[in-house]
Parts: sequence; C-alpha cells; structure tokens
Amino acid sequence: MTGGAQLGARLRERDLSAAPATLNLLESTAPADREQARALLREVSPAALGGEALGHIIGVTGPPGAGKSTLLSALLGAWRGTPHDAGGQGRTVAMLAVDPSSRRSGGSLLGDRARIEFDPADRGVFIRSTAAGERLGGLAWGTRAAAQALAAAFDVVVVETVGVGQAETEVAEVADTVAVIVQPGSGDVLQFLKSGIMEIPDVLVVTKADLGQVALSARRDLSAALRSLGRRSTQVIAVSSLPPASGVDELMQAIADHRARIDIPARRLRARRGGALTDFIVEHGERGLRALGGRRAAEGWLAEQDPKLDEAALLKALEERMTR
Amino acid sequence: MSGDPTHRLPENELPLAHRLPERDRPWMMRTYAGHSTAKASNELYRRNLAKGQTGLSVAFDLPTQTGYDPDDELARGEVGKVGVPVSHRGDMEALMEDIPLEEMNTSMTINATAAWLLALYIVAAETQGVPQEQLQGTTQNDIIKEFLARGTYAFPPAPSMRLIADTIAYTVEHVPKWNPINICSYHLQEAGATPVQEIAYAMSNAIAVLDAVQERMGTLPGGPPGGWRSRPEAGWPKRGCEPEASVSRLRSDPSSSSSARISHGDPTRIAEVFGRISFFVNAGVRFVEEHAKLRAMGILWEELGRERYGVEDPKLLRLRYGVQVNSLGLTEAQPENNVQRIVLEALAVTIGRDARARAIQLPAWNEALGLPRPWDQQWSLRIQQVLAYETDILEYPDIFEGSKVMEGLVAELLEGARAEMAVVAEHGGAVEAVPYMKAALVDSHRERLRRIESGEQVVVGQNRFAESEESPLTADKSDPARPGILVVDPAVEAQQIEAVRRWRAERDQATVDAALAELARAAQVPDENLMASTIAAARAGATTGEWARTLREVFGSYRAPTGVGEASGAPAQDPDARDADGGAAARELAQLREQVAALAERIGRRPKILVGKPGLDGHSNGAEQIAVRARDAGMDVVYEGIRLTPAQIAASALQEGVHVIGLSILSGSHRELIPAVIEALQEVGVTAPVVVGGIIPEQDVAPLRQAGVAAVYTPKDFDLTRIIADIVELVGERNGAVATV
Repeated sequence: MTGGAQLGARLRERDLSAAPATLNLLESTAPADREQARALLREVSPAALGGEALGHIIGVTGPPGAGKSTLLSALLGAWRGTPHDAGGQGRTVAMLAVDPSSRRSGGSLLGDRARIEFDPADRGVFIRSTAAGERLGGLAWGTRAAAQALAAAFDVVVVETVGVGQAETEVAEVADTVAVIVQPGSGDVLQFLKSGIMEIPDVLVVTKADLGQVALSARRDLSAALRSLGRRSTQVIAVSSLPPASGVDELMQAIADHRARIDIPARRLRARRGGALTDFIVEHGERGLRALGGRRAAEGWLAEQDPKLDEAALLKALEERMTR
Repeated sequence: MSGDPTHRLPENELPLAHRLPERDRPWMMRTYAGHSTAKASNELYRRNLAKGQTGLSVAFDLPTQTGYDPDDELARGEVGKVGVPVSHRGDMEALMEDIPLEEMNTSMTINATAAWLLALYIVAAETQGVPQEQLQGTTQNDIIKEFLARGTYAFPPAPSMRLIADTIAYTVEHVPKWNPINICSYHLQEAGATPVQEIAYAMSNAIAVLDAVQERMGTLPGGPPGGWRSRPEAGWPKRGCEPEASVSRLRSDPSSSSSARISHGDPTRIAEVFGRISFFVNAGVRFVEEHAKLRAMGILWEELGRERYGVEDPKLLRLRYGVQVNSLGLTEAQPENNVQRIVLEALAVTIGRDARARAIQLPAWNEALGLPRPWDQQWSLRIQQVLAYETDILEYPDIFEGSKVMEGLVAELLEGARAEMAVVAEHGGAVEAVPYMKAALVDSHRERLRRIESGEQVVVGQNRFAESEESPLTADKSDPARPGILVVDPAVEAQQIEAVRRWRAERDQATVDAALAELARAAQVPDENLMASTIAAARAGATTGEWARTLREVFGSYRAPTGVGEASGAPAQDPDARDADGGAAARELAQLREQVAALAERIGRRPKILVGKPGLDGHSNGAEQIAVRARDAGMDVVYEGIRLTPAQIAASALQEGVHVIGLSILSGSHRELIPAVIEALQEVGVTAPVVVGGIIPEQDVAPLRQAGVAAVYTPKDFDLTRIIADIVELVGERNGAVATV
C-alpha cells in the first residue's frame, strides 16, 4: 500500500492521528503528492466506505468580527462535552479554518487558531488553518478534499470561512449544513439581506444576544426575510458567548435537526460533482469546458457517472473525456 | 511674579523673569525593581532608599501580574523573573518590612490584578498600624494598554473596566492620597506608537476610564438598566451624548458648555476623580519633539477636564505624570551608548518647567542584554541625581515659553492627536477601538523597523558606526560566574511553590472559602464595588491565584486581538521609490519572496511557520513583527499569540503541519521554557526545527543550541528580512531542497 492509501485506510478506521499528515498531503501541489492524494481519497470514497462518510460537514461563515471564533470555541466545548469530561463521550471534531491570503506576497497570516479555545491534550480535536491561496474567494481544492476525507474519521467537520457573499456559496458546495453568522447592529444584517444569498444558510446565527433589543430586532428582520422567501425551515438562533453563555445548545440542536432532515447522499453527490466541475474549470478554463460540450453537457454527463466516485476521480474522468 | 526676593537677588532689584525665586524641588526618583522573593526585594528597596531614591517602584513577576500562583502550570519558568512574586498578604508584609508605609510613596506596576495588590498593600499597612487614609502611591491599573501592548490582562474588557472603576471609586473615598490609575502612553511608544498616536490613544483611554467611573459613581446604588452587562463588548455603556459630539467639543469650542454631559452624579466628585488620574509616559531620544508632546498632552488634558467633565479647579486640571524613558530604542550593540540616550530622554521630561515629570524611573543601560543588576540600576539613579542636583534646570521658569519652535511643534501634535482621537471616538471609544489601535500600532512599528533597516533612521552603533573596540563593560559576559546581568537563582521557583503551598496549608481554610464565596457573589452583582470583598479576601489569607480564578469563573477569560491579521501588506513595490538605501530593503524582500515561491514549488506547500510566545510574557511586538514580515515574504504564518503552554505549541505545530517554529521570549524564562517546548514537540513527534528570538544573554545561546534550537536571534539582529531569509533557508535544508541564497 502506498503512503496515501495507508493514510486513507487509517482514516477509514477512524484513526484521528492520521489527520495532520492527511492535510499535509492534500495541501501539496507536488505532482507525486497529488498522485498519493488521489490514492488517499479513493480509500475514503463512498465506494470504499460502503456509503457516505458518517461525519457531519458543517460550513460556518460570517464577516470578520462577527464572533465566529468565540462561537466556535463554545460549540467545540459543547460537542466535546464539558472540558473536564475526559471520558471520551464527546463527539470528535475537526476544524478547517480558511483565511484569505495576502494577494501581493502570496503569504498569509492565519490567526484564527489563537482565538479558539481547546485543550491541547484532547486527541479528539483537530484544528488546521489554511490559506485560501491564489483562488479568489474560493475554497482551495485541498480544503474541500480534506473536509470529505476527514468526515470518514471525525464525527464533526467544520469548515470556517470569512466573508459575506462569495464564501457562503463556496462553503455550500462542500457542507451538509451551512451556518451563517451575523452580528446585530453592525450593518451585517442589512448587508446580508441585500446580498441575495438568503438561499444559502441552513441555520442563521445572530451573535451577541446580550445586546438585547438590537439583537432581538436583527433576529426579527432575518426571520421575516426568510419567511418571505418561503424558507420557513431555516432557523434563526440567537447566541451569546459571554458567561453565562446562551443559545449554544439550541444551535447545536438546530444543526443536528437540519442534518436529520436532509438527504445526505444526494447533497454529497451534488457537492462532489459540482466540486469536480469547479476544479476542472479552474484547471482548464472555458476552453476545457467547450471541449466537454459546454457546462450543461458536462453536468449531464457527470450525473450519469457512478455515484460512489470521489471528487478526485470525477475530475480525472472529466479530464480524460476532454482529451478524448 | 511676586513673592519675596531671595538671596539670589540683589537688594532693591525687581525679581527677574528668567530666574525662580527659589530653586524647584526635584521630582520623585524611583527605580523599577523587584525580583526573586519578597525578602530579597525588600532588602534591595532598603538599599535603594539609602542611596537617595525617594520613592518605591515595585516590579511584580508575571504570574502575579496575570493572576496565577507560583505552582500554576502557566507560571513555570516565570516565578521571580521580571519582578517579585506576591502571592498573599504574607508576601506583601515581607516586601514592605521596615519600610514605614505612612511616609513611603509606592508605585506598583500592576494592572489586571491591581485591585488585589492594592488590597494586599492596604492590609500590609494595617499590620504596620497605618490606616489606609495615609497611604500614598500609585497602582498602574490601566487595562487598555495591556490589550494593546503589554499583554498582562486577565479578564475580558468589560469586567476589567469595572475593576478599574471600582478601585478609583474606592480610593477617592477611602485612600484619598492614592493615585488609583496611571494612564499609560509609555507602552504604546514601546509598541511603536508615533507621538501623535501616543497622545491620542492615551487621552482616549482616559476618556474611557473617566466615563466608566462617572457611570459607576453616578448611578450607584441603582445602576443602569441591565447594569454593566448592558453593553459588555463595549466595556462601558453608551450615553446620550454621541462620541463625535463630545470630540467636536474637545476641538475647543469654548462657547459650548459641557454641563449636559454630567447628567447625573455629583460634579464635584467627578472633578475629584479627574484630579486623581495621572499618566505614565515615555520619552524617546528625539527629545525636543518629546518635550513638545508632553506640553501638548497638558493642553489636551486641561481642555478635556474643563469641557467634557466640567472641572474648574486649576489644581485638578493639571496633567500629572510619571515617566520611564524609552527602552525600545536601547540597543544590544554597543550598549554603553544607551547611557547617553537615557540622559537625553530624561532631559526631555525635566527641562521645561511647565511640563516637568512628577516622578521618574530610568531604564538601565544593559536592558537589551538581560535583567539589570542593582549596580546597573544605581547608575540610572545617579543620572537622575546629576540632573537634579548638579545641573541648573531646576532654577528657571519654563525655558520654552514664547519659543516659536516649541509652539509650532505643540500645535502640530495637537492637530494630529485631535484627528486621531476623533477616529477612536468613531469606533465607539477606546475599548471598542482596541482592534483598530492595535493594528495601527503594529503598522507604525513596522514602519519604524523599515526605516532602521533601510538606514533612514540612524541608530548609532547598530546600523551606522558599528565598528567597535572590545568593551570592558561586557568583556566578562562569557564568564558564567560574571554574566554582566542579573541571573535569578533557578531554585527560587521551587522555593516559592513550596512557600505558597505551606501558606495554604497553614491558614484558616474556612475563612478563606467564605471570603472567596463572598467575592464570587459580589462579582455577579454588577453594581457592587468589588474592593470591599477583595480586601476581605486579602485579609483572610487568600492567594493571588485564588482571587483571579474566582473572578475568571464569573467573568470568563479572554484573548486580546493580535493586530497582525489587520496589519496592512508590505509597502507597494514602486520601482521609482527612493528609500535612503535606494530601495535595497524593498528589493531584498522581493528577492526573498521569489525564493519562498521557488521553495514552495519544490516542497509542494508554501513554507509554513508557527509564531508564538510561550509563558506569561505579553510583550508581543517582536513576535508580531516577525509574523508580519514572514507573511510579507510569502510564508504561511500561524500566529498563536501570547501565553502558550509547551503542550499548546506542540499540538498546534503538529496539527498545522508547520515547517518551522519561531518562539519569542523577553522575560528571561527561556532557559526553562524553550527546552520544555522542544520536549513537548518530540513527544508528539514533530521534527520541524525551532528558532528562538528575544532577550537572550550570550552565555545562554550555547545551551539553547545544545537543547536542539536551530538558531537564536537577539536585539542585535535588527534586520527582520535577513532573519526570515535565514529561516527560509533552514526550511529548505530540512526538507531536502537547498534554497539558492
């Protein structure tokens, strides 16, 4: 077995210590590593797992300063159980924090990790910061692949992104459940209502519920807007992370409810096919797309492929079709 | 000028406008001191007082400053290092033994835990039979600059502001001669602030504090609806008056009355509070401008008092400030040059009578090398004494009165400061503007370093005139027995751990439990002043760690913004730009960026570095600048911030898959903490190399390298781009890709 395949097999056996090496491999652009990455992903594909990965992939997104890190700390604590409970009863959590890169230098400052509180001795938590890389506003290929791979080993996989607009759409491509965070009284709510992406969130979170009236009215505006769009099932949850924290349990419940409600295999399949096509376009551009007979033809062809194929395999299949 | 002619003036002649009838009394002279144990520090204080020092300035160690006992995991390596550990009333009593507290004027550099240390001081005075009404001194008690620059905070902003307001309200009533807060612009300059930023942020900070106290005193006992938690993120509740409006009033429109501002509370009370607020400022080597800065602060302060708080008594309106002059500009290279820097900086705060410091403490010439010894500190005290007793500066009225240069400089600074204060007000005041101010400081500091690297700003002995004869002052630094700096006995930590455990075992536990329960109860009642229950807990024998833990449980813990995420990118690559070095620094960075990109291609990922500070040291400027420069060079940087345990660093390094780990320590705890980090890394199987930066004495370099450190950087290495280039090369070597440098 090759290194990549071995890592994949370890993930399949829910060996959480395979996570760091998995990310190192999936983030690498070296051709040899790419080959290994494909081998890894094959080992955690629905075909190898005998179904969809059991982990819940959750997208969390919102503008800077909305309180994402604080909220994620609270969620992490809630998923793991109380910090002192080392009994292993809690759910295992992987977090992928995506930061925008500096476009001038190509470098990036990944500061989110410092703001998420967790017990370093807890082997059930894995946090990785990644730069969005050169892809404007998008999730790097490695991040999507990582979310899918880690879902084979962890109970919860969080993909955290910054921003309003583009980031939500990108995160929706990979997540089972998308939580969008807005901060009341900051202009976020208005911005959000105007942005036309009300379709994206499965759960809306209004932070800083301790602000009282402002938070209440933000929550009311959002609920009204969702109702007018006919999205009555989208819950709006108010949370406060200041002690005594409130709303975190409700949020956890809303996220779990959403998952129980949706058809996971259908959503994942759509995500894999959509992701493969997005990556194909990034690699080969419009010209490549034309070679496939246009977007709709490509989507139609993808829809006929084996639903158990992983994203990397689908991408490879598209590339083969292009050169044929 | 009237008054009696003195012996200086000949008979029958009018008093002269250019001479004082009587020589001024010197300012208060202090030395920032304390280390190892309360007993050792007490001996040092008594020696210093015998040498002509006129007040005390207590340096506490980092565990005491951040609210941990010596046996806490986070205290490891830090006990007794940068100051004295004070864990309970017994320590404070030992620290002040045989020092008559009714006569002493004691300044305590203590912030997050100021309420607690003040309580211990009050209780220690009780033991000496001195009532609190007679106590004189200062608690620094300025939390905003801890979030901005110094890092020894313990609680989130809102409850921190509450503690400050509580100590102020308490002392105004019960300890009337005490200065309950020192608004610090000092640390802002150390973090890279320009004079304008220093003035503006300090004044904005003072406004935040005064508003908080006014709110607290004005609304007691009922309290605002929802109490202090009505706007917890903000730190203090918004009132009817918009910040913009109050600032435009600050822009000295004398016709606008500010009485509306004091809508509740007793106006004479807020005037009293205003009069108790003092400042702690910095002075850099550009001493003419620095003097102008202090004059500008005096003008703004008076304006603020009159117009925002309705203070009329001229005595209460006067800016009172103490000084520690600049440490940021002190060099490790040719450290003897620091003496003349310190002299000139001291001149900045003494030369003009209208803006003269009330109290001065000077850094030691060898601070960039390690902790100063008593002899080094004595040298600094002697500088003050020469200035005060040998020169003639105390014989004249203000020598800059009518100076066009001084007036012009002051006007310039005032204009800049008012504009910057308006920006802070637009952010909602100083507490809300912490992320903005932090990012602005990181940017200013980066600009300062760029100027030094490019040679635009000359630092004698460092980037110019660097050739030197061998120094007899530092010649013996290779001799471990005579290191030329203070080395705290490593046994101190174990002794203190043992001592605090003994203290806990010997006290009446039931009394302590009851006192802490009462403290927790009071903390949950937003309108209750916490000083009473804090003093009761001090009296009962509670420890520093217990007091802080009790409050952390109620208030929650907090991590301040790092400022690095918001810091802007590298200056644009304008090919026509003409730096003093003809653009060499910018070219060097661009070249490095190419190397990083090439290395990324070879190894498959962008080189990734973890930057963090183990231990309790909160001086994060160096780490922040390294993080920003590494980012500008094209690296992926995981910035972890301050107060990390070795286990946290190891977990992050593993999970993040970094290629190299950069650690920064300035508190002298590197000998314990760095090997502990390396051990923790090995435990989790991380093989990435570790580099260390900070105040590392030369004799410690070899042991660190032996422990597995790949490279050590000290203040001598001022060229950050070169450091990053070094690190990139190291990453290349370790990953089998030889970088072409």
